Amino acid sequence: MTLGTLSTRGSSQPRIGWPTWVRAVWHNAFVYSKTWRSSIVTGLLEPFMYLVAMGVGIGSLVNKGSGGVDGVPYLNFVAPGLLAATMLQIGVSDSSFSVLGGLKWARTYFAAIATPLNYHDVLIGHLAWIAIRCSAVATAFVAVMGVFGLLASPLAILAIPAAALSALAISSPTTAIATRQDDHLSMTVVFRLGVLPMFLFAGVFFPLSRLPYWLEAIVQILPLTSGVTLCRALTLHQGLHPSLFLNIGYMLLWFGVGYYFSLTGFRKRLVI
Amino acid sequence: MLKGSPERELKEFLKAVRLEFEGEGQVLYELGRKRGVVDSESKLAPAPIVECRDLVKRFDSFAAVDGISVTVNQGESFGFLGPNGAGKTSTMRMISCMSPASEGYLRVLGQDPETHGPEIRSRLGLVPQEDTLELELSLLDNLLIYGRYFDLPKKEILQRADRLLDFAQLTDRKHDKVDLLSGGMRRRLTIARALISEPDLLILDEPTTGLDPQARHLLWDRLYRLKSDGVTLIITTHYMDEAEQLCDRLVVMDHGHIVAEGAPRQLIEDHSTPEVLELRFGNVGHEEYSAGFEDLAERIEVLPDRLLLYVHDGDEVLSAVHSRGHTPERSLVRRSTLEDVFLVLTGRTLVD
Repeated sequence: MTLGTLSTRGSSQPRIGWPTWVRAVWHNAFVYSKTWRSSIVTGLLEPFMYLVAMGVGIGSLVNKGSGGVDGVPYLNFVAPGLLAATMLQIGVSDSSFSVLGGLKWARTYFAAIATPLNYHDVLIGHLAWIAIRCSAVATAFVAVMGVFGLLASPLAILAIPAAALSALAISSPTTAIATRQDDHLSMTVVFRLGVLPMFLFAGVFFPLSRLPYWLEAIVQILPLTSGVTLCRALTLHQGLHPSLFLNIGYMLLWFGVGYYFSLTGFRKRLVI
Repeated sequence: MLKGSPERELKEFLKAVRLEFEGEGQVLYELGRKRGVVDSESKLAPAPIVECRDLVKRFDSFAAVDGISVTVNQGESFGFLGPNGAGKTSTMRMISCMSPASEGYLRVLGQDPETHGPEIRSRLGLVPQEDTLELELSLLDNLLIYGRYFDLPKKEILQRADRLLDFAQLTDRKHDKVDLLSGGMRRRLTIARALISEPDLLILDEPTTGLDPQARHLLWDRLYRLKSDGVTLIITTHYMDEAEQLCDRLVVMDHGHIVAEGAPRQLIEDHSTPEVLELRFGNVGHEEYSAGFEDLAERIEVLPDRLLLYVHDGDEVLSAVHSRGHTPERSLVRRSTLEDVFLVLTGRTLVD
């Protein structure tokens, strides 16, 4: 080998092909394809364990006591809630430590912005990959719900994009927060104070009407609440109430605000 | 024919383009033509790889880079030598179009980073101070994903990866996770990664910081091969031996300023004496001794643990010291280095 083959020196052209943000998505997909084993438990197995434990275990008690929830068996009620909750889990876990890792630990985002990509491409790649991955998980989840006979109508297929939107409404603000953290301890606080209460109170396990009025009002602010409401309405086929569009709009708002602050956070950390 | 022939239109257009994009390069080009250096038939005179004038990088009110002017030419191996905090990394970040300049004129590969960042970066290879590798992936996969950032076809990347892993002497570790590599190996992989896009300019920020001596020498050998291959290199370092070994030309930076510029040998000749006599006298104040030697040396630097006498003939001065009845605990005669240049120019040492 001659070293002359290592460099073309002056002959290269700016390459035109895939848009730079698509390359960032591909990058994340590739890394995931090599490392998915470590995340498969939280990503896929956990929701199904919840589904069986809550739906079948607790569900049998609930159904015996009150004949189900809102007129449907408890399993039917809790399954779409767990679908949205799974989006919460993935959206948060993939936007917290992985973002901090890209910015601070492995600093892989700095590798990306030394290439034709810029920080905006890195952000789009990050969020777009979460949307793709969550759509895939949601598809599997809805398919399993179908097998269990938990889907009221073909309209239930719309629960897949609804779930993906929930994931984005949660992961973009999480990303914004992660860009403003410096270590995993402060990130853990975010989990304890933000994610866990949201998981417990956003209506995944019981109807919000069970909560005191003031608490229900607070819970309505959470992005996951809209995600749960939307997924549940679509799988139980409770009719396409116009208020559902409010839920969609509200999640878009969370996504948009989170996106804006993620972008400013990325710029602050990466461009300096 | 109102507008003239197509050829003529094309010529007019090309002229306009040249004026639009060359700016001051055009002035040089015209000058070169008048002097007969550039003949009128040739294309535009080759632009410098990097050209900056009065470049400033400011963080709030602090100027990390405070008005530097540098030109790096094709095929050159150019160094930025200076202690930590001199502004080297900020300069590298501006040149590699990752961080905008606060003030001043900067052209990289003939283009403006502000408007052509992605185009310039597609032709650069960057080896950052800290490795930014995907630790969970194999060496080969790291090269693959990086090559994809440049939109290279997979087949092409795999071909290049074989050559580059061979060059980095990592072929046998190809399928290992990066996590398992030593610091020196990671550095070499990072260099291989930066070369995957066949860049026109390779930028290395502190390439051997934190490496043990053996790993450093192996890395220098690799960089030396790139240099002899004609790859344009920009290297920052706070090791004077590294700068002397690898750089054709360098600037010495301190507190965001350039304090000297030239070839390593030339800088030493200009700013220091051929030899240095180092004297150590136990634990007593070296300051007191220095007064007695003032007539023996061109200049004397007092360090906490020793005296540096800048002289033409070290052995001769050493015997003069002895003949005055002084017996230093330890003495050493050596050639002047860039370290001495830095000391003379700033009064401080490069590595604290």
